[in-house]
Amino acid sequence: MNVDRRSFIKTSGMFAAGSVMLPSFLQSCHNEQISANVKSYLDHFEVSAEMLQKVIAAAMSKGGNYADLYFEHKITNSISLEDGKVNRAYSNVDFGVGIRVLKGDQTGFAYSENISLDDMLNAAKLAANIADQPNEFAPIGVNEKAPANFYPIQQKWTDVTIGDKVPFVQKINDKVFSLDEKVSKVNAFLGDETSYVLFYNSEGRLTYDYRPMMRVGAVCVMEKDGQIENSYVARSFRSGFEVMTDELLDEIAKEAIEKTNLLFEAGKPKAGEMPVVLGAGGSGILLHEAIGHTFEADFNRKGTSIFSDKFGKKVAENFINIIDDGTLPYDRGAINIDDEGNDVQKTYLVKDGILNSYIHDRISAQYYGVEPTGNGRRESFRNMPLPRMRSTYMENGPHTVDDILAQVDYGVYVDNFSNGEVKIGAGDFTFFVKSGYVIEKGKLTRPIKDINIVGNGPQALADITMTANDYKNDSGTWTCGKDGQSVPVTLGLPTVLVKKMTVGGTNA
Amino acid sequence: MNKEEKYNLAKWAMNHALENGAQQASVTIANSVSSSVEVREQKIDKLEQAIQSGLSIRLFVDGRYSAHSTSRLKKEELAHFIEEAIAGTRFLSEDEFRTLPEPELYYKGGGANLELLDKDFDKVDPQKKIKLAFDAESEVFGKDDRLISVSAGYYDNKNERVMVTSNGFEGDSSNSVFGVYTSVSVKGGDARPEAGWNESAIQYANLKKEGSGSIALEKALSKIGQQKIQSGTMPMIVENRQVGRIFGPLINALSGSEIQQKNSFLINKLGEKVASEKLTLTDDPFIVGGRGSRLFDGEGLATQKRTVFDKGVLKTYYIDTYYGKKLEMEPTSGSTTNLVFETGDKDLQGLIASVDKGILVTGFNGGNSNGSSGDFSYGIEGFLIEDGKITKPVAEMNITGNMKQLWSSIGEVGNDVNQNSSWRTPSILFENIDFSGL
Repeated sequence: MNVDRRSFIKTSGMFAAGSVMLPSFLQSCHNEQISANVKSYLDHFEVSAEMLQKVIAAAMSKGGNYADLYFEHKITNSISLEDGKVNRAYSNVDFGVGIRVLKGDQTGFAYSENISLDDMLNAAKLAANIADQPNEFAPIGVNEKAPANFYPIQQKWTDVTIGDKVPFVQKINDKVFSLDEKVSKVNAFLGDETSYVLFYNSEGRLTYDYRPMMRVGAVCVMEKDGQIENSYVARSFRSGFEVMTDELLDEIAKEAIEKTNLLFEAGKPKAGEMPVVLGAGGSGILLHEAIGHTFEADFNRKGTSIFSDKFGKKVAENFINIIDDGTLPYDRGAINIDDEGNDVQKTYLVKDGILNSYIHDRISAQYYGVEPTGNGRRESFRNMPLPRMRSTYMENGPHTVDDILAQVDYGVYVDNFSNGEVKIGAGDFTFFVKSGYVIEKGKLTRPIKDINIVGNGPQALADITMTANDYKNDSGTWTCGKDGQSVPVTLGLPTVLVKKMTVGGTNA
Repeated sequence: MNKEEKYNLAKWAMNHALENGAQQASVTIANSVSSSVEVREQKIDKLEQAIQSGLSIRLFVDGRYSAHSTSRLKKEELAHFIEEAIAGTRFLSEDEFRTLPEPELYYKGGGANLELLDKDFDKVDPQKKIKLAFDAESEVFGKDDRLISVSAGYYDNKNERVMVTSNGFEGDSSNSVFGVYTSVSVKGGDARPEAGWNESAIQYANLKKEGSGSIALEKALSKIGQQKIQSGTMPMIVENRQVGRIFGPLINALSGSEIQQKNSFLINKLGEKVASEKLTLTDDPFIVGGRGSRLFDGEGLATQKRTVFDKGVLKTYYIDTYYGKKLEMEPTSGSTTNLVFETGDKDLQGLIASVDKGILVTGFNGGNSNGSSGDFSYGIEGFLIEDGKITKPVAEMNITGNMKQLWSSIGEVGNDVNQNSSWRTPSILFENIDFSGL
């Protein structure tokens, strides 16, 4: 069978559901306020403004005081290479609508994978059950809101075939093998995702988002005298196919080789409390775990976070500014609207050392009487939104890396991580160090690997005594989990000194 | 969709793939029904209901392989989806190791009723479900001055799936689960310790409906005053429900893909002693009402009872069809079913009483294990044990070591098996663990 590229594109996951079989009655939408952009999303989901209004009315019929509809069509593709060949492809299509009803801070939620009026009305009635005082809901209008555009792309992933992608993945493999003869295995991958989102709520707000996402990377395995070591290196952006360049692949291949080579010589530090220097970039995981999660306002509203009574108080040195930002261009954590239809901000969590803002969704913003920060996010239409991070980072400070290292008599320098976790109430957080160095008398000496570092959020934040001027964003494939929902995020940091944390190691 | 409708659609999709260029195909159709309610401050906080369906298809096209899934189940869309997927597969490199399983290894019907589904799943009264959540909350609400927050919930779900393959497999399975949980936060100094407890069962009648609140409260209160202690090398007891965190990397090291891709610390170790004599472990798919019980695996392979470790000697890997071909080994199954430990004589209290000075780990906090070397480091919380008794709560500490050493240094296996999971882990005592704290 000879495939012509255009027809392949349309569906390979990419049923533009609307474009295939658009019922004619939908064309009769009379609402003059509706722009061509919004109309294209309504058509995509085969709905009309009138249908949305009916569903909202059903959702509000039992006395809820707010309702929203979140339509999503997500197309996911990936190809990967094992043992030298790009020999597997995966794809997934997900499509449906989530219907949420609020009564104060109580939530009713249901979803439907079928977007017929009947199916939506049934789901709306289930979600409506959170309230129990039947109520006539006055018809609402349509207040269209054009979203920001933090990730304009040139070439849609849905216009690219597997054939177009294969050479890039093959190249990563060939480059990694060419750089070092110790390489024994490479796993390389390229994944892309395209989401269409349409949002409407009981306040009449009608908005939409087109969300591209890509990730590319490799696991490199090297062997030396019977010792096997590996590293994972990847990049992820809300970009189109144009982001795929030889330079990007070179960067990944070189980093994979460097990181893996370091591990052959690496050992363990001694166990216990010591100064920790966090290198610029991925060390932003400190902010994500130690501060970010505990600033999420659902925990604070319930009083369960260790930061619950610290709003407006000094929590760090004066030169420390910590931000959660949904507006970074092409960033993996960027969103044009949040999943509650709100505009997205650059939010100062800590400003000049003072706790300035929590991370809010609609429920918590209302509880605290503040404007939403655009942090209401969900994994998919199957989930209800929660306060979630986007890109969490610290601004540059007054010191230099040399100043910082010079302060450390014995400690560790770490800049390569795989994962972290936090206990919200105790404030204890951890992050796992894939590699770093021991610092002795201000100098990086022997490499270390595979150790966990544990600290306490408020204490660690107060213990950041120096911040350098070399801020770097980490564009790896960071994914944040909470209540069983995963969302893409990024993080970043300039080099900082934390006076002491507990470092895993040996007691010998 | 009922079972027959699922079979019909699965076969239709499979035949559509075969008619449009695939030489082999396998199709699974699954659906699930779930509901949940969470209660906070004597009000319903969240109420959720869901019905979900999906089709997944594995395609073998001209020596090439791909896999796809979708929640769009209308035939005309599926037809298009499958045709496009086949066309895309042709852009890939050939892979001589990709085939469906050998038909003689398939499950061919029969076998015991494993009782994995509550026949009356749909008959549980929704008001009763809500009441269970309220009841759990009221075990705690207002019961202690130090309480900050209590959430309690009820959840259930039912899954049904059918699978067909183009070389003769047909099978279906279904299961259900019901659960009640409570999570509690309390105030203790600056910290707000939290703890939770979950009870679950396959049959609604067997669900332990009371007690999750009281247990969660007791656990949260016991954490007040947590602090780190001096670093040192000591024995460690890991509580039964927490053993999975350090046991997972050992099981992962047995997986065919990890072995073939050299990300395992147990390559070429079959028949060798790799762990303590006190580790004897069986993979038993046939336990009636077992959480991991099944008659066939995700490829359709008939399951078998297997010894995984016999007094520390490694007896089997987990090998699926693809990695079996790559490794030139017989496929076993790519996944675990119920993992059953040979237990010792003591319960958790007995284990604690046997320790002079050590730490009881009741929770992990982050950390990881290096697949190829087995080097690990995890954050922990728990209790200091002195002279056979728990003396104070500890937290903000790490354990660091190597998986091979860890599992070779079992002091004693407890008898308090956690039945709430397919990995039926007891509490385990390990010797000489490196703790870092102060």
